[in-house]
Amino acid sequence: MVTLTLLQALTDGMKTAMRKDESVLVFGEDVGKRGGVFLTTEGLQEEFSKQRCFDTPLSEDGIVGAAIGMAMNGMRPVAEIQFQDFIFPAFDQIVSEAAKLRYRSGGQYTCPLVIRTPYGGGIRGGLYHSQSGEAYFCHTPGLKVVIPSTPHDAKGLLIAAIEDPDPVLFLEPKALYRSVKGEVPEEHYTVDLSTLREVQSGSDVTVFCYGAMVPIVTKAANRAEENGIKTCVVDLRTLLPLDEEGVLEFAKKTGRVVVVHEAPRFCGFGAEISALIAENAIEYMEAPIARVTGFDTPFPNTLEHHYMPDDRRVLDAIEHVFNY
Amino acid sequence: MTTMEPLTVIAEDGATNGYDPGLSEEELLHCYRTMLRVRAFDEICLKLQRSGRIGFSIPNLGIEATQVGGASAFKKSDWLFPSYRDFGMALFHGVTPLDMMHNMYGNGLDTSKGRQMPVHFSFVDPIHFVSISSPIGTHIPQAVGAAYAAQVRGEDTAVLASFGDGGTSSLGFHSGLNFAGVWKSPVVFLCQNNGWAISCPIEEQSATDGFAVKAQAYGMPGVVVDGNDLLAVRKVTLEAVERARNGDGPTLIEAKTFRMGGHSTSDDPYKYVPAEQYEEWGKKDPVDRFERFLEASGLWKKGGRDELYAEALAEMSAAAAKAQSTKAPGLETIFSDVYADVPAHLRSQGEFLFELGKRRGDADAGGGEFPL
Repeated sequence: MVTLTLLQALTDGMKTAMRKDESVLVFGEDVGKRGGVFLTTEGLQEEFSKQRCFDTPLSEDGIVGAAIGMAMNGMRPVAEIQFQDFIFPAFDQIVSEAAKLRYRSGGQYTCPLVIRTPYGGGIRGGLYHSQSGEAYFCHTPGLKVVIPSTPHDAKGLLIAAIEDPDPVLFLEPKALYRSVKGEVPEEHYTVDLSTLREVQSGSDVTVFCYGAMVPIVTKAANRAEENGIKTCVVDLRTLLPLDEEGVLEFAKKTGRVVVVHEAPRFCGFGAEISALIAENAIEYMEAPIARVTGFDTPFPNTLEHHYMPDDRRVLDAIEHVFNY
Repeated sequence: MTTMEPLTVIAEDGATNGYDPGLSEEELLHCYRTMLRVRAFDEICLKLQRSGRIGFSIPNLGIEATQVGGASAFKKSDWLFPSYRDFGMALFHGVTPLDMMHNMYGNGLDTSKGRQMPVHFSFVDPIHFVSISSPIGTHIPQAVGAAYAAQVRGEDTAVLASFGDGGTSSLGFHSGLNFAGVWKSPVVFLCQNNGWAISCPIEEQSATDGFAVKAQAYGMPGVVVDGNDLLAVRKVTLEAVERARNGDGPTLIEAKTFRMGGHSTSDDPYKYVPAEQYEEWGKKDPVDRFERFLEASGLWKKGGRDELYAEALAEMSAAAAKAQSTKAPGLETIFSDVYADVPAHLRSQGEFLFELGKRRGDADAGGGEFPL
């Protein structure tokens, strides 16, 4: 075990995968010599050569399109999109190509690729360096959407994503890159996709969250405990395909549910969680399901701390469903 | 280096001015027969579509020489990223009309398992004829990626990305050619300039004089060729393939040709294509041209085409009849191949539909790897 930041765990995950499998390639804008604008790919080009870790022209469509061709032809590409806000030129390649290739070719062609991209607010990035676009992608059959929140999961999920036979969008909570640290095994390991994680147990209220919201929700849960509300925190980790059974199990345990994400509320992932529970476990519910989310506005810069859910807003929701 | 005048090899009288295409007599006849088989496949599909047996088809009349001449420059170990009007390339390399007809009917033996519209073929054998996508230009950067994989492994694979004049306006054209130029990719970009992108003429598509000139902006040679001259297309494509295999990078070829039919069976080109264009290009028929070459070379006797074409029609009709009597895909194919494994939520949605199908008695589940 070593103690690493989430970012270091990602670097370690890529290195581990690249050492194990020569077909793993890492590329994107500034990922080579520069090591990425966040330094996530630092040292990769040095260790694995320019052929396996390299810079690309400034074109997200080209990066993902080329990655698809590589994946089709036997490689395991890991493409970086510098900020998730810049991914939309590649939306066509992700949604209409990567996610549909296996299906439309009856399994003749497959697309085992990973698209890594930092997402989310909290770094004063304003409109175009802060968005959480997971919902756009979760509406895409054939794609997997993964978001880690701890260094251990970051490495294990990333390796699992690279070794997965299908395309994975790997959203990295940039606000946590250097702010969380944790113990990480030095060797190769994987964390199963489509499995959620109980961050802490509690019998009164269940809060579902993921990515950068996990530490915020945990803080709120601890404050709730002080007020005598035993709060269970669940980190979804993989949004698509979702561990639906796990969600229902944790919802039924308490009958009081809060869903937290920083993305806008309308048609956000919280709506899916709420509907899943309403359809399958409404009889277990002791209170209406509450959502704590970003607002249905573009992402602001100066006032981002008012836009993003914080522990106070989460605590309010926990108390609301508890006292209902 | 960009050429502006289209290269031709076969003169009006069939002479080739000494050019040796490097094909045996049998291979030359295979080129000729393949063009006729494309035509026969089209004719049968048009009838099937007009009689309501299939929903859609894409005619190729007029551009057969570009498809076949281009395809002839590649080996079976190469990769073709085709557009939707390229199946002559598949036929040339040995894909069977029956496998194509299964797709036209979307039946249970279709490689796409009935998931795609007709003409959206996908084959891995006998050549990689990559699954066709309807959005325009998306396959262009993918071809560059597939080529990169071959480069990394030190293989001498050449990759073809084929698209139309309209495709040059797409995002994928720009990113694909730009990446290929930077990476010196072993890719041949074949722009089939057939004059029309559905109803949009080339003057409204681009302000450049033709399309080969765009190569300059990506740091690669651009070559213009007479697309109705099979040997000319073969010549420039072979040269581009050789450059690719030698590590000299990509080439953009513009084949000037003309779509003598509509965009698809859902289109009425007489609404927008001026009659004189049909008249002009009708005189430049690529099959006639190649036939004259065969005659001049003593490989073919005038008047033999009818018999060969009748054979091709019979072959396509037989394939269509077989495909028509092949069962539809099982219900499980809605849910399989979304992922390598069927995740829990798709299993439960599948089971719902199988149960419904059973109750209604109008669809079968089973036969595939689902239900589990």
